[in-house]
Amino acid sequence: MSNSKSVSRKPQSIKRSKQLGLVLRWLLAIVLVTFSIFPVLWIISAAINPVTDMANQQLIPANANLSNFRELTTNPIFPFFTWLKNSLKVSILSTLLTLSLTTMAAFAFSRFRFRGRQSLLKAILLIQSFPNLLAIVALFSIVKQIGDVIPWLGLNTHAGLILVYSGGAMGMNIWLMKGYMDTIPRDIDESAHVDGATDWQVFSKLILPLLRPILTVIGILSFIGTYGEFIIARTLLTKREMQTAMVGLQIFTAGQYTQNWGVFAAGALIAAVPIMIIYLILQDQIVGGLTQGAVKG
Amino acid sequence: MGETTITKAQFAKQTMSSVSSIITTAIVLIVDALLGYFTYRLLSLGYVPLAIVFILIIAIISFAFLVPKAHMFRWMAVGLAAWLLFSIFPILYTIYNAFTNYGDAHLITQTQAVAQIEAQTYLPETGKAYEWIAYRSPENNYLLWLKDSEGNTSIVRMVDAQAEDHTLQVVPGQNGIGELDEEGAPKTIEGYTRLNRISAATDKNLTNIKFGDPEKTIQVRSPSEAAELLPLFAYDPQANTFTNQLTGVVYSDIEGTYTARNGEQLIPGYSAVVGTKNFVQFITAPGLRGPLATIVIWNFIFAFMSLFLTFSVGLLISIIYGDPKFKGKKLLRSLLLIPYTIPSLITILIWRGMLNPDLGVVNRILESVFGLSPDWFNVPWLARIAILIVNTWLGYPYWMLVTSGALQSIPSDIYEAAQVDGATGWQRFWNITLPLLLVSVGPLMIASFIFNFNNFNLIYAFINGGPPIPTATTQAGYTDIIISYVYNLAFASGRGVQYGYASAISLVLFVLIALMSLAQFRFTNMWEEVGENV
Repeated sequence: MSNSKSVSRKPQSIKRSKQLGLVLRWLLAIVLVTFSIFPVLWIISAAINPVTDMANQQLIPANANLSNFRELTTNPIFPFFTWLKNSLKVSILSTLLTLSLTTMAAFAFSRFRFRGRQSLLKAILLIQSFPNLLAIVALFSIVKQIGDVIPWLGLNTHAGLILVYSGGAMGMNIWLMKGYMDTIPRDIDESAHVDGATDWQVFSKLILPLLRPILTVIGILSFIGTYGEFIIARTLLTKREMQTAMVGLQIFTAGQYTQNWGVFAAGALIAAVPIMIIYLILQDQIVGGLTQGAVKG
Repeated sequence: MGETTITKAQFAKQTMSSVSSIITTAIVLIVDALLGYFTYRLLSLGYVPLAIVFILIIAIISFAFLVPKAHMFRWMAVGLAAWLLFSIFPILYTIYNAFTNYGDAHLITQTQAVAQIEAQTYLPETGKAYEWIAYRSPENNYLLWLKDSEGNTSIVRMVDAQAEDHTLQVVPGQNGIGELDEEGAPKTIEGYTRLNRISAATDKNLTNIKFGDPEKTIQVRSPSEAAELLPLFAYDPQANTFTNQLTGVVYSDIEGTYTARNGEQLIPGYSAVVGTKNFVQFITAPGLRGPLATIVIWNFIFAFMSLFLTFSVGLLISIIYGDPKFKGKKLLRSLLLIPYTIPSLITILIWRGMLNPDLGVVNRILESVFGLSPDWFNVPWLARIAILIVNTWLGYPYWMLVTSGALQSIPSDIYEAAQVDGATGWQRFWNITLPLLLVSVGPLMIASFIFNFNNFNLIYAFINGGPPIPTATTQAGYTDIIISYVYNLAFASGRGVQYGYASAISLVLFVLIALMSLAQFRFTNMWEEVGENV
């Protein structure tokens, strides 16, 4: 952009201003990259620094070792790997449940015409805009009451949390899925129906294989969303050994974290790794999903 | 021959389908029966609203699987059930709560509150009395031997003793009971010492201990007498009032609290419908209204500034480095994307550590370079700036990705035409790039605004809304947004919980969000898409 003003000047000055522009660009790039990766470098440095105190941390630690990581496996008030296991379990199961519920519902909305279809779709979308955090008191008492009858679905159970996540994540996902299914021509299922295929066969044999891209997008986003969620998990899971990694890390920083900064950093690093890997591998699909209206949790 | 084969095949097919429909019916009936039993259990525990939701779920499942015309609902019956239970019902429950005083001192149902008040007792001055003798263990557990006017004897444990029976038969040899004296009282009980008159009279605990079953408690009234406690308050279900049996004062039900004419209240109260009182509170109570106004204004500024900063930085990057001739573009993009690949809660907590005013690395650098040490956690406007910095860090990669895609889809001949007309780079940006970009990413900007409007994670995990607003009567801080303020109203410990008031604000917030969402749907034609016959 800067070079356009110099169109009428002599070629030499054009070259000079182009060079200046390039230098400025690189300077700005250095500032931006510093801003973007400094926190990450800082947390890596804290994680390998045997001095766990925040005040004495250096960017390049002396005597770097893995003592903070070792602390994670032994500290009974910070059972980090139990939390990580819980996180993965809850996120994977709620993602699978969300995918199966939304795919089947979207199939009905895309392939059948029935009374109430439009109103139901609109209702689902509008209800979705109500953040379920606002209804957290209600969610708490519903789960508690269910748990009074069926203990394995109540408070302090992963099954209860998974149900809450899946039931609350219907709206946007049904829309994304239905929109994608609408682009699959209906001629395919009609000819299959003529050959005597049932709805279930059309769905499982014809449509489902074509849904792989959108299943990937919804799956990843739903996994990342539930993995990063902490406030509902914190409300429903009060026992330390049942909590998720995000709840654990958040509670940890509410206490005397400045003295145990290194241990926190090690935990944060390990917790962030699964998501970072997913992002770097599946960048393009995620970007595609985000531009279609999904929001990162 | 050919005809019979076809008939056989058709017959087989019909049989198959009728068999499978019988199986379907059987499974549905079993599921209904299980859910029905579950609903019955909910009802017997008094959870009426939740039981109604489950009755609806049973109806949906039965309708979808047993009515042939409703076959399309089979595909969504389970999903709809989950949606009803965890999306719709919580909202209805919140709406109901908004019109009640559910919260501190009003946490239980009316039935529970009446039962708790009825359980309060007093020790009558006169009335049926027992002779008594006390036994004490080294751990200060007591047993009380009782003899009524007809000469019946029994031994009672303390009310809060962990035992199956609170009343024991006086039979020597059982429960460690030794020989009886001429009155019928055990001379010894294993593990206990029999107290004589003097040591009983000087025992400080004895007169305060309640003995016997919870329904029929007995207390020592005087050195010679023990008596049964009587209910202090008599409930009149018709008038819905309590009468104090000692003073005769009548307590009548005022918004879930039984209140005497002089204002004295019985504890506990119950969650009662109070109409629009919670909504009126916004406007009338200065301790609530003041912070709420601050919070709402900051909420809008925060959402707008977050969108503006993340969008600007993202767009700047994609314009400056979008040039295909620029070397190192790919590496740069990967490095700049990193903030986005970390779960946001973790990055917020990392920033919280880095910005720690005393020990954090940011202030250590600022201190050594500029001699400054801004107090990010305790000065309101600094805390707000810190939150915007963190949010910019979290959000710009998203806009970098989105705008770099959108910029590529702007046709290049428009720029060429503009260049021919002599437009400067700046003019091209303002008159071509930005307007076209805004059209294509407009809906995403609304979505992002809404997301930040409710960005609870950032506000709560950073410094929990602090620094506190001094004039607020509830927990409220200068960086609080509506959703975190509501959360603290409902859950903050120490200052009391106010679910009713929190629900009322939730409703107002929901209306705001719904309006913004509708704008977004209009923008994207999502609403119209529904009707299209694809």
